[in-house]
Order: sequence, then structure tokens, then C-alpha cells
Amino acid sequence: MPYDYKPFPFVAPPGLTAPEPRHAVVIVGAGPIGLAAALELANHGVRSVVLDDNNVVSVGSRAICWSKRSLEILDRIGVGAACVAKGVIWKVGRTYHRDREVFNFDLLPEPGHKMPAFVNLQQYYVEDYLVAEAQASGLIDLRFKNRVTGVSQTADGARVEIETPEGFYTLEAGYVLACDGAKSPIRAMMGLEFQGVLFEERFLIADIEMEADFPSERRFWFEPEFHQGQSALLHKQPDNIYRIDLQLGWGTDPAEENKPERIIPRIEKVVGHGNFKLDWHSIYTFQCRRLESFVHDRVIFVGDSAHVVSPFGARGGNGGLQDVDALGWRLAAVVTGEAPGAILQRYDLERTHGSDENILNSSRSTRFMSPAEGAERWFRDATLALASHAEFARPMVNSGRLSVPCVYPLSGAPDVAGMPSASRPGAVAPDAPLGGDWLLSVLGGEMTLLAIGQPAPARLALRVVEVEVTPEVKARYLGDRDRALYLIRPDQIVAARWERAEAGAITAHAAAIWEGRA
Amino acid sequence: MSLVTRRNLNDQDAAYAALIGAHKGLSEAESIALNARLILILMNHIGDPAVIGEALALATASGARPAG
Repeated sequence: MPYDYKPFPFVAPPGLTAPEPRHAVVIVGAGPIGLAAALELANHGVRSVVLDDNNVVSVGSRAICWSKRSLEILDRIGVGAACVAKGVIWKVGRTYHRDREVFNFDLLPEPGHKMPAFVNLQQYYVEDYLVAEAQASGLIDLRFKNRVTGVSQTADGARVEIETPEGFYTLEAGYVLACDGAKSPIRAMMGLEFQGVLFEERFLIADIEMEADFPSERRFWFEPEFHQGQSALLHKQPDNIYRIDLQLGWGTDPAEENKPERIIPRIEKVVGHGNFKLDWHSIYTFQCRRLESFVHDRVIFVGDSAHVVSPFGARGGNGGLQDVDALGWRLAAVVTGEAPGAILQRYDLERTHGSDENILNSSRSTRFMSPAEGAERWFRDATLALASHAEFARPMVNSGRLSVPCVYPLSGAPDVAGMPSASRPGAVAPDAPLGGDWLLSVLGGEMTLLAIGQPAPARLALRVVEVEVTPEVKARYLGDRDRALYLIRPDQIVAARWERAEAGAITAHAAAIWEGRA
Repeated sequence: MSLVTRRNLNDQDAAYAALIGAHKGLSEAESIALNARLILILMNHIGDPAVIGEALALATASGARPAG
């Protein structure tokens, strides 16, 4: 049974009758990123108003691949379990050239993590869960059919002009989060432009409903028999919905190709029969672009409004949730007066870095799928030809490098040689089983000292989690050492690690983080 | 020493991007000439005629149309 869209009611906001008191944070856009940002702020005790011009969740499946890190973030804001329960769990990707499998990957080769490598789940379900959680939070004022028509900076905040079905009003805010998507009206209102590359390539994206027993794997074809000379992708979603992406080439007419009478015969060739229903479809071009800066005084860009990448790496929605992860605790600390506004520059530094990594990976995949004539195509075709003859060429076949969180460049952060690279400063703290619980759940969203194989130093003015040395903790945190102290940020990024340290050194590093110096 | 056909590059995507990048803006003739020079350089670096012979054989065999 496909998703049943239920419109959210419009409730006349108080601002229509009298000026509202200033709000700490106004979030524009109730997509996955805006809603997650609101819930993350609420986790830190900060209220927000969320404005959306529409009154239903995402039309069409749109973002479907939620990465392990995204699921960990969604779990922290209350919807992780629902997403995993409903979603299709997968970790294996298979890449074919013509009818031959040339490469496969397993994204989560080790057990002992609460969250799977990937879950496929239509964006509308994720938004549905997030809306329910936001409405239950008590700190989030969710306003549908509230369209932002203007944003301006004030001396110590921003002013937002809003149109509703019952009239216009204005909100004053300490900060405005522009979570209004790839076509961000706020970006346009502020005269900001994306920089980067627009590729001359077009893909058809279609969701079909059919009874089938395809395994829960990602399948990608280069030059399949059923779609001559082009590329194709197949992904399984819940409710017997399948995502199919077909490369069309730049010479095709997008309006013509988006007609069901053109789409259905193409899909019949993919699945081998006509026994399916076309659920949603769209045509898109590839682009890898971002804003030069994500922070513009009191207006902060988060998610697709700040950066867009080509698909096939699941780096759009997942990249946006990592923005939320890096921004939420910092903005909460600024709003509550615990940290100076300068720490928001760290959000900008870290997420432009993350965005560049996503753009780099995505651009390379795009070039491999859609090579320019000449050398680019010769090498692409040579790699595919070699893949069935030589092992080295298989992982060179690039059908998308799937989203993994970047490691932030925390230069000068205390580190210990011989400890695992996976938990070095700047990386997301790896999960591990902890009795009946999980390390990341225990770490939660507070600055924490994780003490392993030793007690925390005495008189440490910081939250402490002490854990036993289990095989997973040893492999993921100790390496060849037998004890460690890890300073973990509220976004579960490893900030620093020591074998032994005095309380003073640890609190000094934590203070530097809160002041935006580290 | 025999030809290494297992993965031997740490960051294959970066190496591949560097290769493609070297061809950016070249005409077809210039690209072919660049490839020729590159092959001669790498062949000299390998040094071992037996390895070069194996590489030539693999390149030739993988260019044949796959049966079926």
C-alpha cells in the first residue's frame, strides 16, 4: 500500500493579529533537514519556529538512501528506530558491465554497530516521523502554509516576511536557518549564487510499484542490454516500491522523456514485463555546486540550500544531516549564551570541507558515468574492459562512492600514535556494543570524556563515560595501547585523545572548542 | 617478479582523476601522444621485460570482445 498523503492543517499564527516576541531561531523549510535541525535544537533545550510553504510531506520518494551516520543522527533525535523498522536494510552493492558483474562492495563488513550501513526509505516517511516527533516535542512551533517572501539582516538578528492563506506577518529572529532546498528562495533573495559545475547529463528517475523478489542490494549497470549504451540503477524501497534511474544523455528532450508513455516502455525493458504501476517520476541534471560560505551573519544555510551534488553517492540528504549534526550544538550554545557567535564559523569551515569532499567524489562518479568524448571515454571504457580480466580494475569502476562522514581537519588536536585511524580526531566516534546498550546512545549529545581502561582524572568538570575494554572497544579505540581518554564533542566527533592526561589539559581543550578556537 | 593485477593503488579514484585531468583540453592527437609518452615512461620504470610482456598480453586479451 503506497503512502497516503494527509495534509497538515493551517493554523493562523499569532503574528497575523499582533507582533510576536522575538524568536531565538526561525527555520525555513520543513523537509528532513529543517525538521532535524529543529529537533536537534530541541534536544539542547532551544525553541524554534519552523515555516513551510507547503502542507504535505515530500511528494515523491526523493532522498531514499539513509547512511549509517544519518541513522545515528536520526536516532539521537528520536526517529532512528522507526526508520530502520520501516526501511529496507542493505549493505551490498553490485555493479554490472553489460550482463556481467564486475564489482561489488559491502559497506558494513563488521558487526557490533547499532545502525546498519544503509536503509532505503522514501523521504516522505522520514518527514512523516520527524513531523510527529516535532509536534510532540513542545519546543517546536511548526507552521504549514507559511511562505517566506523576504529575509533581511538586522543589527542583532534577522527579520522574516511571511505570507499565509490569511495574510502577511513578520517575525524577528536571532538566527534564521535556510533549510529551503536546492532551489532555496532565501539564497535567491539574498543574491547569493552557487559555484561549481553543472554537468551535461540527464537522468530519468522513476518509482514503480510491483511485486518482485529482487534482493535488498543496490544494482548498477554500465551499458546494459536493456538500456543500450547508457547506465541504470535499481534500488528497493519499502511497500514494493522500486527506484529506477536511467541515463538519458544530454541530447534528449526532458519534457518529452518525462511523459509516462515514454517512461513505461523504458521500464518494461528493465524489469522484463509490464506488470507495474508508475508511482512517481522526474528528470534531473547533474550538478556539483555550493555556496562559498554557509554562514551569512544571522542567516545560516543548511543542506541542499548550501550545496548540491549529483546523485549515486547518497551524499545529498546525508550531507545535509551532517550539516545539522555540526550546527545544532553550536547554535544552541550561542543562543543560550554559553558560546560566542564565532563558533558558528567552525560550522562553516567543517561543512564546506565536508561539502567539498562530497562534491569531489560525486564529480568523479559523474565523469565515470558520463565521460566526455576522447580520453575520458577511452579510459572509462578501458577500465570496464579490464574489470572482467584484472582484479585491480574492478574497484576503479565508479558507479558512485557511497556517503561516509568526512573526517574534519582538526589540526593541532591532541592525538596518540598507534591508536586506530578510524577514531582519530575529526572522525565520528565509532559505535560499539556496551552491555545491553550502544556506545553512541550512551554518549548522546553532550561534550563527554570517554575513559577507556582507566578512570577519568579526578575533579574533571566534564561529563564522564567510563567503559570496559571489550574486543570492539579495543579494536575501535585502543589499537596497540591499553588505555585511552577520548574527548567527544556533542556531535559525537572525536575532538582529542590521550593515553593519559591531567584534568586541566582536558578541560582546556574543551574550553577551546566552546570558544571556537578548536 | 610477475605482473601485479591485484589492487596496488591506495587512492584509485585520485589516481584516475589525475590521469583524466592530464588530458583535459587536449585534442585527440595530443591525447594519443600523451598516452604514448606515459606508457614509455611507465615501461621504463617497470624495467622487467617479462612483466612488460605480461602487461601487453593482458591489454591485448582484455580488448577482445567478451565471449557471450
